[in-house]
Amino acid sequence: MKILVPVKRVIDYNVKIRVNSEGSAVETNNVKMSMNPFDEIAVEEAVRLKEAGKAEEIIITSVGDKGSQETIRTAFAMGGDRGIHILNDSNTEPLAVAKILKYIVDKEGIDLVILGKQAIDDDSNQTGQMLAALLNWPQATFASKVEVNSSELKVTREIDGGLETLKLNLPCVITTDLRLNEPRYASLPNIMKAKKKQIIEMPISDTGVDSSPRLETLKVEEPAVRSGGRKVADVDELINVLKEEVGII
Amino acid sequence: MPSVTDKKLTELNKQDYRGSSWSDIFLFNDQLTEEENMIKDTAANYAQNKLMTRVLDNNRNESFDKNIFKEMGELGLLGSTIKGYDCPGVSYVAYGLIAREIERVDSSYRSCMSVQSSLVMHPIYTFGSKEQKERFLPKLASGEFIGAFGLTEPNHGSDPGSMETKAIATKGGYILNGSKNWITNSPIADILIIWAKDEQNILRGFIVERGFKGLETPSIKGKFSLRSSTTGMIHLSDVFVPEENKLPEVKSFKGPFSCLDSARYGIAWGALGAAEFCWHAALQYTLDRKQFGKPLAANQLIQKKLADMQTDISLALQGSLRVGRLKDEGKSTPDMVSLIKRNSTGKALEIARISRDMHGANGVSDEYHIIRHVMNLEAVNTYEGTHDIHALILGRSQTGIASF
Repeated sequence: MKILVPVKRVIDYNVKIRVNSEGSAVETNNVKMSMNPFDEIAVEEAVRLKEAGKAEEIIITSVGDKGSQETIRTAFAMGGDRGIHILNDSNTEPLAVAKILKYIVDKEGIDLVILGKQAIDDDSNQTGQMLAALLNWPQATFASKVEVNSSELKVTREIDGGLETLKLNLPCVITTDLRLNEPRYASLPNIMKAKKKQIIEMPISDTGVDSSPRLETLKVEEPAVRSGGRKVADVDELINVLKEEVGII
Repeated sequence: MPSVTDKKLTELNKQDYRGSSWSDIFLFNDQLTEEENMIKDTAANYAQNKLMTRVLDNNRNESFDKNIFKEMGELGLLGSTIKGYDCPGVSYVAYGLIAREIERVDSSYRSCMSVQSSLVMHPIYTFGSKEQKERFLPKLASGEFIGAFGLTEPNHGSDPGSMETKAIATKGGYILNGSKNWITNSPIADILIIWAKDEQNILRGFIVERGFKGLETPSIKGKFSLRSSTTGMIHLSDVFVPEENKLPEVKSFKGPFSCLDSARYGIAWGALGAAEFCWHAALQYTLDRKQFGKPLAANQLIQKKLADMQTDISLALQGSLRVGRLKDEGKSTPDMVSLIKRNSTGKALEIARISRDMHGANGVSDEYHIIRHVMNLEAVNTYEGTHDIHALILGRSQTGIASF
């Protein structure tokens, strides 16, 4: 079994997000970037399948600027085997990413794609589902448990109010939820070995996918600063404030 | 209505908001390679998730969890600069970054890592026979074996040249007699690197194994510093050490000094991690704590202290990074290591004390972690060459006159 794990380079989850001075996007200059945490879970799951002898190769891919190679290497240090970097300096929307992934799946003969359920930067939660539709493959989203028996998969999903267990046949698409596993730390020997693993770089134009944006960003704003609460003396004053100052009654 | 001071607080927070640059003003991370950044992240994640959670208990109860060696071994943090023998062979800069992240939690844990890496694995790798390397290095790298380093003696600290421990040649090996003091890891060590003079007064290094007859390693209790690691003595009374456990390539103090050079280099980085913790904690505490209707951080006295901390740490990191790069190029000298060891530990101790002061009464509570760093850094400023001794080394190299 050949597994494809797409990884996205996003602003590190510890960083306080701020909007750029033009109000057009989130500031990414001099900001620590790292792998989308849901993608780390996807890499970990793939590595565990390989360690259990259920997969032969793990291909890591990322769509983005030059820096994405660092994210691919992080996945190598966790256990990925080789990488494909689709170079695109501008933002790539989920539909374009899904089409690129389909291109790689077809080219590489992939049996299983494991993706993070969403990226923590845009929270789209679309790529996995779109990819399954484009490939016409079964999908199991928000996985919290994955069991592989030859060409059949049993996937437990986290849904509102409980768990749902699905049976799927390979090839298929899985997206990971938080509780699927706890990703390992990249050990130093594996970090050193990651340097020797191969990344093929490919301009986005080579995939034949039209990545021009379908969405237009009008503006990006910081959330309103919360003003402190205050105490009122009695109910009469409360009603008065709600009427006169807040204007909701 | 929000008060004027609330507005000020919001502005202060906004500045923090305005970028992560205050904590990395020279964009230090950009000076690292991709690998070094990844290694730093691994060490930081491990330290924050696995060590920070234990330190309060370990420090309060003077307890040490031996599993820490195995955990570090699994990640490749022990003897990390060594190439081969199951070691990853990372750069000296990466080794420094690891020390900084571990000591951000506690100097004790970093001391354990330093002793194992620089004082035990380094001499075996540098001065040991092929058999010794194959026999000991992989087990030390995995954390299965714990090592200790015996140079300092009850009567000889800064002046190891007058050491009293003797190694008398006998059939098939040597008989060792003497005592060593203030030895990190000694009570739990499986092997101990022991330095002793032979009958010709030539310094020799030996690998003494747990179980050798006549070896005792009592622990030193009641330390008010480095309480999360074990420290002890080593008593050697007629301990027979076979010839194959002698480090064949050591014939002078160059042996132990090369180990100390490597360990001091790690300390220079590590102490800055502890300093950074104390600085960041002081910043957060003074932003949160309000007195006289405004945050403490709104006071000029506080801001001046924060600026001093930022300045000292940012510049010291640049110095350590420079020495690390030179070490990787094989161009470092003991003098430059003395300079950064002295600078980092002295400044870190001062920063920890000031942070303690800025925390008011809370500064002495172990739950705020600052007093623990103050106590630890007292030892870190002293061991592996005191602050003053390093000044004398630098003075000697400028004047050509040894004052000690």
